[in-house]
Amino acid sequence: MATVELRNVRKQFGNHEVIHGIDLLIQDHEFIAFVGPSGCGKSTLLRMIAGLEQVTDGEVLIDGSPAQDVPPAKRGLAMVFQSYALYPHMTVAENMSFSLRLSGASKAEREQKVRAVARILEMEPLLERKPSQLSGGQLQRVAIGRAMVRQPKAFLMDEPLSNLDAALQGQMRLELARLHRELNTTMIYVTHDQLEAMTMADRIVVLNEGNVEQLGSPLELYQHPATFFVAGFIGAPKMNFLDAEVKSVSEQSLTLALAGGASVVVPRPLQELKGGEKIRLGVRAEHLALEPEGDLRGEIEALEHLGPRAYIHARLADGARLVAQTDGDTQARPGDRVAFRVRSEATHLFNASGKALTRPGPQTPLS
Amino acid sequence: MRRIRQTRWGLAVAVWAIALGMFFPILWMFLCSFKTEIAAVAVPPKLFFRPTLENYYAVLQRADYLAFARNSVLVSLGSTLLALALAIPAAYSMAFFPTRRTRDILLWMLSTKMLPAVGVLVPIYLLWRDLGLLDTVFGLILIDSISVLPIVVWMLFSFFREVPAVILEASRMDGATQTEELLHVLLPLCTPGIAATALLSIILCWNEAFWSLNLTTVKAATLTNFTASFSSPEGLFWAKLSAASTLSIAPILIFGWMSQRQMVRGLSFGAVK
Repeated sequence: MATVELRNVRKQFGNHEVIHGIDLLIQDHEFIAFVGPSGCGKSTLLRMIAGLEQVTDGEVLIDGSPAQDVPPAKRGLAMVFQSYALYPHMTVAENMSFSLRLSGASKAEREQKVRAVARILEMEPLLERKPSQLSGGQLQRVAIGRAMVRQPKAFLMDEPLSNLDAALQGQMRLELARLHRELNTTMIYVTHDQLEAMTMADRIVVLNEGNVEQLGSPLELYQHPATFFVAGFIGAPKMNFLDAEVKSVSEQSLTLALAGGASVVVPRPLQELKGGEKIRLGVRAEHLALEPEGDLRGEIEALEHLGPRAYIHARLADGARLVAQTDGDTQARPGDRVAFRVRSEATHLFNASGKALTRPGPQTPLS
Repeated sequence: MRRIRQTRWGLAVAVWAIALGMFFPILWMFLCSFKTEIAAVAVPPKLFFRPTLENYYAVLQRADYLAFARNSVLVSLGSTLLALALAIPAAYSMAFFPTRRTRDILLWMLSTKMLPAVGVLVPIYLLWRDLGLLDTVFGLILIDSISVLPIVVWMLFSFFREVPAVILEASRMDGATQTEELLHVLLPLCTPGIAATALLSIILCWNEAFWSLNLTTVKAATLTNFTASFSSPEGLFWAKLSAASTLSIAPILIFGWMSQRQMVRGLSFGAVK
């Protein structure tokens, strides 16, 4: 078990810098997720921690000691790859015990450890099979088992679930969370799927173009996104954004003129704002309510029924699109003209450079 | 449907014609080895004749076949092993740690095969003389392995490239050093490819004649020298030459026939993975 610390870590491929100086302290026992769109540098960051990629500049510390010049084999970390990367010529048991064989463990010890891990992952009947005889979910289990047998200081997982179908992904998410609780080992998990990060991680690092956009717990990121990017990336359905202009500023509130002509009054942020300033208003689907007297008027384009709730996809008068959450038994139909009320205390404001504007007082969690 | 069947028949006939065309000289040589000298040169050629073993008897009496055969085995196996020992690390580094110049190096290696061997005969001969390698099995192993090296490196390089780098990374994460990664992961994964490369190298070294004729005389002479010694100053004795040639190619022919499955499997290694 270990802490992993990054100090001003940079990575260049040729003349192209892909990681622009990242500082991060990953605590012992923590489940941390690196999340971001493809090409944001999350896998590169993980590979630098693993030692599979050289650090161009900065330091990687594992348990407090510099590791950037330590070969991957000596870092005491285990990795689970997206493509599983099992050894095709070895049986499941041989795959799992390979690291022990390299470290000179006796046959009896190897067998005992492999059995113990196989029992936890419920794959004892598979031990004598070759990877080519296994299904995707089974391969994934073997890959995780191979990492577990090493009893590493930390697990590194590079999009381990993205080759599985949706049902299996859900099951494996629960299983990984359970494993983390049982093993209590540091886990660093890379994914492009914010849902995986939200459901499993203690903390999430949102990466964008080689920079950390925000670091925080899943709820912090959801309720208080620091930037426009994070607001759009975390949460499904995506947050609605509306272009707005500051109409007037009072002591307590801010009146915004929306592009379609409607106006909305929201609590005033800490930052100074002048009349006429262009900002963006962010509203999550669950903070929009269907109300005949609502501020935002438009037409329903599509409805998604999910059972307990439904999502209304609407197009406003000015052409902007938004998604609102409503009850599962809603009578609304595509083509209906509707109006939405904005729960103004739950809105988010972003300035022209994409930074979130903050509200006074303690940031109380929103329902 | 009919057209497809016709094309298939056409193809089958063409393939058989080419195969027979390639095999015919070997068949003719084989037949001639059982003819008398007069029958062997008869015009028009005789297809039906009384077979005789006298040529084999004469050939084996005149030369120590087993000594030549032993050298051939030693040289082709030795050169192949040496070439593999040099080529495996080379191909590994080029396949998994390529630099901007890797392609150039590969092409340069291949370009050495475009130089006629006779172009370097004099320098090689002088070197081998000064190093005391003339007419030694080791000297011949050395030059043969150098001459098959480009092909061996190229073949291994293309087989290694088929192995996903992530599997090697996984072994590195499992604690493998570079040598262990090579021995426990890469080589076992590429066994069919390496076997095919070795087989081809053995065949090429077995048939190599230029260097064995020029750098050896008696002690290290191989079956190619044995064959050549029958196209002699006494005039051409076709039947005896045929018998000597048959004896020379028989081992490698049997070996090739036995290993053809492995060879095909290896050569289509990437395609069927």
